[in-house]
Amino acid sequence: MTDTPLELIRNFSIIAHIDHGKSTLADRLIQACGGLTQREMQAQVLDNMDIERERGITIKAQTVRLNYKAEDGRTYVLNLMDTPGHVDFAYEVSRSLAACEGSLLVVDASQGVEAQTLANVYQAIDARHEIVPVLNKVDLPAADVEDTKNQIEEIVGIPADDAIGVSAKTGLNIEAVLDALVKRLPPPKGDVNAPLQALLVDSWYDTYLGVIILVRVKEGRIKKGMRIRMMFNGSTYNVEQVGVFTPHMREVESLGAGEMGFINAAIKTVADCHVGDTITDDKKPAAKALDGFKPSVPVVWCGLYPMDADDFEKLRESLGKLQLNDASFHYEAETSAALGFGFRCGFLGLLHLEIIQERLSREFDLNLIATAPSVVYHLFKNDGSAEDLHNPADMPDPSYIDRIEEPWIKASIMVPDEYLGAVLGLCTERRGQQIDLTYVGTRAMAIYRLPLNEVVFDFYDRLKSATRGYASFEYQMDGYEESDLVRISILVNQEPVDALAFVAHRSVAESRGRAICAKLKDLIPRQLFKIAIQAAIGSRVIARETIGALSKDVTAKCYGGDISRKRKLLDKQKEGKKRMRQFGKVEIPQSAFLAALKIDR
Amino acid sequence: MKATIQHTQQGIGLYIHWPFCLAKCPYCDFNSYVAEQIPQEAYAKALVQELQTTLAEIPKVPLTSIFFGGGTPSLMLPSTAQRLIDTATSLLPVSENLEITLEANPTSVENQKLKDFYHAGVNRASLGIQSLNPTALKALGREHSVGQAIEALTIAKKIFPRISFDLIYAREGQTIQEWEGELQEALALTHDHLSLYQLTIEPGTIFAKQYRQGKITLPDEELSTAMLTTTEMITNQYGLQAYEISNYAKPGAESRHNLTYWKYKDYIGIGPGAHGRVTLDQTLYATERHKNPVKWLEHVQQNGHALSVKEALTPAEKAQEMLLMGLRLIKGVQAQQFERRCGMALTDAVNMSMLSALVEENFLSWDQECLKTTPQGRLRLNAILEALLK
Ligand SMILES: Nc1nc2c(ncn2[C@@H]2O[C@H](COP(=O)(O)OP(=O)(O)O)[C@@H](O)[C@H]2O)c(=O)[nH]1
Ligand SMILES: C[S@@+](CC[C@H](N)C(=O)[O-])C[C@H]1O[C@@H](n2cnc3c(N)ncnc32)[C@H](O)[C@@H]1O
Ligand code: SF4
Ligand SMILES: [Mg+2]
Repeated sequence: MTDTPLELIRNFSIIAHIDHGKSTLADRLIQACGGLTQREMQAQVLDNMDIERERGITIKAQTVRLNYKAEDGRTYVLNLMDTPGHVDFAYEVSRSLAACEGSLLVVDASQGVEAQTLANVYQAIDARHEIVPVLNKVDLPAADVEDTKNQIEEIVGIPADDAIGVSAKTGLNIEAVLDALVKRLPPPKGDVNAPLQALLVDSWYDTYLGVIILVRVKEGRIKKGMRIRMMFNGSTYNVEQVGVFTPHMREVESLGAGEMGFINAAIKTVADCHVGDTITDDKKPAAKALDGFKPSVPVVWCGLYPMDADDFEKLRESLGKLQLNDASFHYEAETSAALGFGFRCGFLGLLHLEIIQERLSREFDLNLIATAPSVVYHLFKNDGSAEDLHNPADMPDPSYIDRIEEPWIKASIMVPDEYLGAVLGLCTERRGQQIDLTYVGTRAMAIYRLPLNEVVFDFYDRLKSATRGYASFEYQMDGYEESDLVRISILVNQEPVDALAFVAHRSVAESRGRAICAKLKDLIPRQLFKIAIQAAIGSRVIARETIGALSKDVTAKCYGGDISRKRKLLDKQKEGKKRMRQFGKVEIPQSAFLAALKIDR
Repeated sequence: MKATIQHTQQGIGLYIHWPFCLAKCPYCDFNSYVAEQIPQEAYAKALVQELQTTLAEIPKVPLTSIFFGGGTPSLMLPSTAQRLIDTATSLLPVSENLEITLEANPTSVENQKLKDFYHAGVNRASLGIQSLNPTALKALGREHSVGQAIEALTIAKKIFPRISFDLIYAREGQTIQEWEGELQEALALTHDHLSLYQLTIEPGTIFAKQYRQGKITLPDEELSTAMLTTTEMITNQYGLQAYEISNYAKPGAESRHNLTYWKYKDYIGIGPGAHGRVTLDQTLYATERHKNPVKWLEHVQQNGHALSVKEALTPAEKAQEMLLMGLRLIKGVQAQQFERRCGMALTDAVNMSMLSALVEENFLSWDQECLKTTPQGRLRLNAILEALLK
């Protein structure tokens, strides 16, 4: 099986807007090729993680090797990569695409082309893929094959004449898809006898096996027992296992040019597993490395703190393990006066942030507090120096700042036209600039430039509720621009609560400052002393609230000689204080900050 | 050695718990039960037994007070009280002015027994009147009427040299005017001592459930504060002074037994669920008896006592307890006594920067000798203790 001639190999990805049926189609293909018995066939085999199955989204790229006996009587090896559909994971999509020669473009025929359909197709075109359009969900009464074909040609701009209508749910026309893969996609190129060049597509941490690396062999052959070298930093390892996913992990002797699979080389250091790196033969190294990927750059940052300060070390370890699984997120230790010891973490987007947070709590049983997400600002100081700022608390006093630039995005929003007004209103409110507005039938596509900091700020939620979930959204980073930005500090009894500081455009600073002060007033219980809550830009207070002092708190009833009960009650109250932070004379429960962080500012 | 002598001079109190009531009041979370038929003799015997066992183990310090509490101890046979008093006074030296209090509920039957309790040795009655308003008595689920309450007071006044009674106020729907009226009526009937408790919702009671369901509401913070302030003013006009948060007395008429708790002195507790603080070999122990009366009885019958907890208290625990009790007293806590009792300086037991803040805020007063609450501080004692204690 490892000596498959190149012409019998097809490497392909499935790309689609979220929920158009990518994972379901993958399952049908696996089933049709006998990769799994009926009994093993669990809905959406490829969505491995609990979160993926529950949320019904694919986060990590997944790969499966299938054997398909085609019409011509020959058995082909089909290597399938399922890719994430969400915009936050566009980076993962591009990695999957680099490992393949072609794509199945899945479009839900009852929905039509959506924003991420477009974004993904453009990436596939960039990767010089052959693209086979597949119209899914034709079993639904609402499916409109002709209109969908039309949309593919008009909006996406690729021919859709021989698009295949299928139902991944019922299995209708799955054979035609397999047939098209063999006939329409090109086989990989490469020379098994050349020096080894394998692309490190992904790596993750398996509790039993350690670090597993997903590779696509471009040239040469990777064998069990071979000493490999990571071209990025020259570190070398012995290959202990080579294998493929069927989708079960199955060991093989070697993988030749054109194939993909996994290797296990007892790698302990995450830093040595550089996604996009080229793996070569230590004895007979390749002359040069493959084109890697553009490194992923976190665009959204937030602080993650353990609820229980004793969990700090556990959080550090867990982040380390997660990073093996997901090289695209970054973390560094930081401390906050309000929240204690924690980490500043960078993500590809908000969903990514949410997913990492959820995985930390689920897989590592950690209770976390996340500060408000921030984007990365370019800060230019009066002394001529420049720096990146991704923690609002680090922003210097305005008097040191010459100017600040904020990141912008170019967003495509597709929406049925009855909701267009709401979408345009939202974009305007968020300082958006309209670039283009086009219609295909009753659907509109609005292209906007928006400041990213307006988008990390509950934009998705607002978009979803304004369009009843009918809008689709996709964006790309679109440069930096100077902007009138200010840091709003929140002060409790004149002391800043670092975790609540945020950066906003001057035009919205006051209203957001007021909103958070009002919220804190509701959240902080009254105490022995008055509490002043203020929002300020520099030393200028822009909003204030006062929490009056507690006027009565005394137990009237006599408990007789049961002093133990009183002492235990007091102990319990004091235990609760461990979760509090001192601000001058008053102590504020951490839960109040937590709840304040949850509000949509 | 010195500590023992000091201690000997101070004496010890005795609390005896009687766990039975005629009915369970909806606000009450005391260790009390309603029994079809109270096994009088079995409990009398067991109480005497537990008292004997306990007294055999402690040094012979003078007995300063006995308190029959409950439950409803006026439901016990006066002969039981007699046996217990006799046992205690024969096994311990008795201090001058030995105070013997009985909590009594003012139902007719019990009113008739008051004289017999006096002859048994009880010299102070504490009557559970709770309210002088018929509707309120009903709402509080009480078994007696206003008439019976007044009758009890009249009878008791003829019999006992010292009398106190309890009222519960800041009840649902009560206005400040209504309370002032009721209080003045009560003061006219008062001998020399009153316990005036603002209604507290205790977890696990019927009131707690109704409160959760929104079926009862309590006066808000502002109203209950005003009620407390006016209470202190009016009692003052009648010559009674607050000496503890909810207790008012003519000078010298303070409850000696309850002062033992608040001053954090030694006391023995016997009977179901009774607590004690007893010094043995210079170590202060917290003691507890089995709470369930049936279980308590079994234990006493088998072992001569039903002790379930006997725990040496650490200096920090003692400090906490002495402050949380002592700051309830208007006179507060004496630094010297504190240090002697707890084995640590008062200034080490509290957060000193918080202390200055609280003094500055006029919640506490502190002159290096005595720490006490101001009237403003007393209103917020729980929050103060939480902030102050380390
Ligand atoms: N009716 C119908 N539903 C389908 C079909 N294919 C997928 N679905 C459903 O569409 C939803 C999204 O499918 P999924 O494969 O998770 O989409 P993905 O997000 O692109 O991976 C699921 O509820 C599927 O059961 C189909 O052919 N017909
Ligand atoms: C040990 S109790 C009961 C004494 C006696 N059995 C009686 O009911 O009259 C002592 C006093 O505590 C007070 N008390 C009990 N529960 C209370 C509550 N939930 N709130 C306020 N005071 C309460 C009552 O005034 C009661 O008389
Ligand atoms: S308040 Fe008194 S009578 Fe009522 S249940 Fe409690 S102890 Fe018994
Ligand atoms: Mg999926």
